[in-house]
Amino acid sequence: MPALSPTMEEGTLTKWLVKEGDTVTSGDIIAEIETDKATMEFESVDEGIIGKILIKEGTEAVKVNTVIAVIVEVGEKIDTVQSFSPIVENVPTVQSTKSSALNSKPAVHKISQSPDYPEGTPVQKKTVREALRDGMSEEMRRDESVFLMGEEVAEYQGAYKISQGMLDEFGDKRIIDTPITEHGFAGIGVGAAFGGLRPIVEFMTFNFAMQAMDHIINSAAKTLYMSGGQMGASMVFRGPNGAAARVGAQHSQDYAAWFMQVPGLKVVMPYSASDAKGLMKTAIRDDNPVIFLENEILYGQAFDVPEIDDFTIPFGKARIWREGSDVTIVSFGIGMKYAIEAADKLLEDGIKAEVLDLRTLRPMDTPAILQSVMKTNRCVTVEEGWPQGCVGNYISSVVMQEAFDYLDAPVINCTGKDVPMPYAANLEKHALITTEEVITAVKQVTYR
Amino acid sequence: MAARKAKTKPNVSAEELITYYRDMLLIRRFEEKAGQLYGMGLIGGFCHLYIGQEAVVVGLEAAAKDGDKRVTSYRDHGHMLACGMDPNGVMAELTGREGGYSKGKGGSMHMFSKEKDFYGGHGIVAAQVPIGAGLAFADRYKGNDHVTFTYFGDGAANQGQVYEAYNMAELWMLPVIFVIENNQYAMGTSTKRSTKSISYWERGASYGIPGEEVDGMDVLAVKAAGQKAVDHCRAGKGPYILEIKTYRYRGHSMSDPAKYRTREEVQKMRDERDPIEAVRSILLTGKYASEDDLKSIDKEIKEVVNASAEFAKDSPEPALGELWTDIYA
Repeated sequence: MPALSPTMEEGTLTKWLVKEGDTVTSGDIIAEIETDKATMEFESVDEGIIGKILIKEGTEAVKVNTVIAVIVEVGEKIDTVQSFSPIVENVPTVQSTKSSALNSKPAVHKISQSPDYPEGTPVQKKTVREALRDGMSEEMRRDESVFLMGEEVAEYQGAYKISQGMLDEFGDKRIIDTPITEHGFAGIGVGAAFGGLRPIVEFMTFNFAMQAMDHIINSAAKTLYMSGGQMGASMVFRGPNGAAARVGAQHSQDYAAWFMQVPGLKVVMPYSASDAKGLMKTAIRDDNPVIFLENEILYGQAFDVPEIDDFTIPFGKARIWREGSDVTIVSFGIGMKYAIEAADKLLEDGIKAEVLDLRTLRPMDTPAILQSVMKTNRCVTVEEGWPQGCVGNYISSVVMQEAFDYLDAPVINCTGKDVPMPYAANLEKHALITTEEVITAVKQVTYR
Repeated sequence: MAARKAKTKPNVSAEELITYYRDMLLIRRFEEKAGQLYGMGLIGGFCHLYIGQEAVVVGLEAAAKDGDKRVTSYRDHGHMLACGMDPNGVMAELTGREGGYSKGKGGSMHMFSKEKDFYGGHGIVAAQVPIGAGLAFADRYKGNDHVTFTYFGDGAANQGQVYEAYNMAELWMLPVIFVIENNQYAMGTSTKRSTKSISYWERGASYGIPGEEVDGMDVLAVKAAGQKAVDHCRAGKGPYILEIKTYRYRGHSMSDPAKYRTREEVQKMRDERDPIEAVRSILLTGKYASEDDLKSIDKEIKEVVNASAEFAKDSPEPALGELWTDIYA
């Protein structure tokens, strides 16, 4: 099974286009493989005869590097491969170096506390990707003025398959492919919002939104104020943010802290699928410009999503993922993965960490942070972004000013390293925040 | 500058001519008053006057109908008055008072009126160009026949986002008129020093957008070109470009010493091509109006402008609580 995208860990062998005994040459299309992003045709790189097909078509969740078929040279006996059985080579793939939690079946996380829907509500496992699409589609059915624009959102079905199927349902009037001109189409989106529509502007990654920064900040965020409340931009800017997997410095930045600084913007950064859906629906209905920071690694992760008609989650409400008494770990977005992993391991050492998912950074649920810190007396923040001027810095200042007397240790900010993202697998892994670093920080503030 | 003389007997009614005269004169006198208030310290920050360019907005507004939209740069006072916004509200915004269009929180460069479909007042050069295309996008999406006048200067015409907007506007057949107000100077840099090919409207050809150059000192020529552009857009034929050759008599902003051009150049333009004098001349020589008629208009305008200045001085500063409002809807 070939890795056909930077974040692909497994794929579905949709269809074999050859059968055993067929002769193939280099470049022949031999199979169709569905990745986390798209259905791709897979070409043979060798000449020979299809000796044995080891993975049947229709097989789902075939891990990258699994042998799917054996090609023998012309003249070579097919018998020699009869005993061949599918094995997964123990090669450190890009994905497995990033995190063990990302391997194999989509990881399913247990929610310890849910403030968003009543206990006993039927749930369905959905990936973040599906949840985002469901959230957008439900709002588009509900409100004719909502439309989606961006690069490859329509015919390509989304660069990351977020908008898969939406062109079919809503047509090209409402699902709009743009040229690769972020500055221009973000501005058109703002103008359309001034004109009374509710645009969802997708950036293929927020790294590309730097070209559109002027319209996001100067045109969208400030106009309500500058117009004395007469008009603003009810719109959503969304797309993946932060590091994916080995895409280098220009495609890996976490912009949470940048956007969080701007009055007039609301900033959402969900971790789970139910949050992604509920917050997306709230974002689309909000009368302000909303920055919706997704994460490419999380797109394929599955979580419980409640089966509730019109499930929304209010902004500015943190979620306690796990209750604890010894330390408060505050995080958001993909940072939650490290926070939860660390909390699991810390429990083995008898340290009960309370894990708080902020979910929205502006407005930020600082009362929830303070309430937890007043209980645990210790605080560690976790994020993937850079350390100087990070989200954790702000949280630290709030905790110091509002709960100084409750602190038994300085607040520690666990962040990505202060470097542009390197490409090399080992360096990238080191540049990102790690679970070990969170554990170390917690032990430091708990004096263990 | 195209030196086309205004026709002495144009095919236009007295009423129409008098309206143009009155509207242009209002802008002229308003801006003179704003300059005066700036000198008195009542207006602060940046203040970009429109004196000399009045025929552009007045001519184009004559081609607009209800529901049409307009958006422009920071040199926006003329556009606001031309689309019918209240001079009191505009002047009070200039003085940063509660009675201003943005309650004193926007200033000269950032004013809006939803009621009059005026979408700003944008301080970032050329940012209004994709925004204007977006307003047109909204109208096309809703399926009405409104058009958006998107004004920008010769300086903005070199910004990359203008061409991103051109491309999408033609691709999606947006009903937007790109109005390049070419006053020949981007702040202090003449078009000759900033631009290799100074015929800006011709750049639309690369995107399949038709356009033309218009004498911006002739309000009737502007109106005629505006009507043609509006008809094109309303017919669903996509965007249109009008490059309107105009001239600003004052500096770029109030703090501009204007060392980049001669006094003679400005004086020559004032003497020979003034758009208000041109209409005045037609009115008098064509006997559409008498000297007395025009005098009474002058007096009426003076009263309106003086009243706006009084309003702008008397209106209180915004309450301190306003600091914290209008950040979120």
